[in-house]
Amino acid sequence: MKSAVVLLPGLNRDRDMIAALTKISGKAPVTVWQTDTEIPDVDLIAIPGGFSFGDYLRCGAIAARSPVIRAVAEKAAKGVMVVGVCNGFQILLEAGLLPGALMRNASLKFVCREVKLQIANANTMFTRRYQPGQIIRSPVAHHDGNYFADAETLARIEGEGQVVFRYAEGTNPNGSINDIAGIISSKGNVLGLMPHPENLIEDAHGGRDGRALFEGALGIAA
Amino acid sequence: MIKARITVTLKNGVLDPQGKAIEHALSGLGFDGVGQVRQGKVFDVELAGSDKAKAEADLKAMCEKLLANTVIENYSVQIA
Repeated sequence: MKSAVVLLPGLNRDRDMIAALTKISGKAPVTVWQTDTEIPDVDLIAIPGGFSFGDYLRCGAIAARSPVIRAVAEKAAKGVMVVGVCNGFQILLEAGLLPGALMRNASLKFVCREVKLQIANANTMFTRRYQPGQIIRSPVAHHDGNYFADAETLARIEGEGQVVFRYAEGTNPNGSINDIAGIISSKGNVLGLMPHPENLIEDAHGGRDGRALFEGALGIAA
Repeated sequence: MIKARITVTLKNGVLDPQGKAIEHALSGLGFDGVGQVRQGKVFDVELAGSDKAKAEADLKAMCEKLLANTVIENYSVQIA
């Protein structure tokens, strides 16, 4: 299985994502730059975290209008798996590939800590290696992770099982509605989440809870 | 040349933690009777040409496509 990592000015978790995909799949991902209009044939495209374009205007807003994200949208429409982490999640929302918006944390503070996540839907390509309802550990590091959607959208994504990760055990770090930490597209191939599973994939990280997400997406045996 | 001002504000019902913090700070400065404060953005945009109808249509398209996130924000366009 092949993967690609999107590079944009201001992202800073790109090397973490590349390292995680390389270690888990045994193959380095290809990288695509902001001005690229085509993405090679891959099975998974990852948009890492950071501060693309300095978070100007709104987090992810400028990146979402860049050529490479239009190319990501074309691939997503063809069913290619896409995962956006942190700023990558913000970009997917701004690009309209996922519903809702991410706003300033309710505390107004940047949060950098570990949270507990509940697997709210284990029936996706990304979560199939977890158990339904399983609680996993994950780092978070963000200032704008406060998920919001209007009542109608919220009812729809809750009803369709599009909420995939929820902050658990009182660890909601940002005020997200319904403790939402990650959602998936209605077709099930585009995932966005605020936590950083790529930063908890080996013992040197202090745990491997994030590894199964990539193993599931890439179809790699644990 | 046409000069326009675009104002982007959060929709009613969308939590505005920054507005809340400002509200509390104003009260802390001794301003009595401060009600709700909502924070927004202002864009001053210059456009070539003199066709105001076209400018208004273009400015609204700019709001829809980039300047506002219509999931959470409203916008208004004023042409000077």
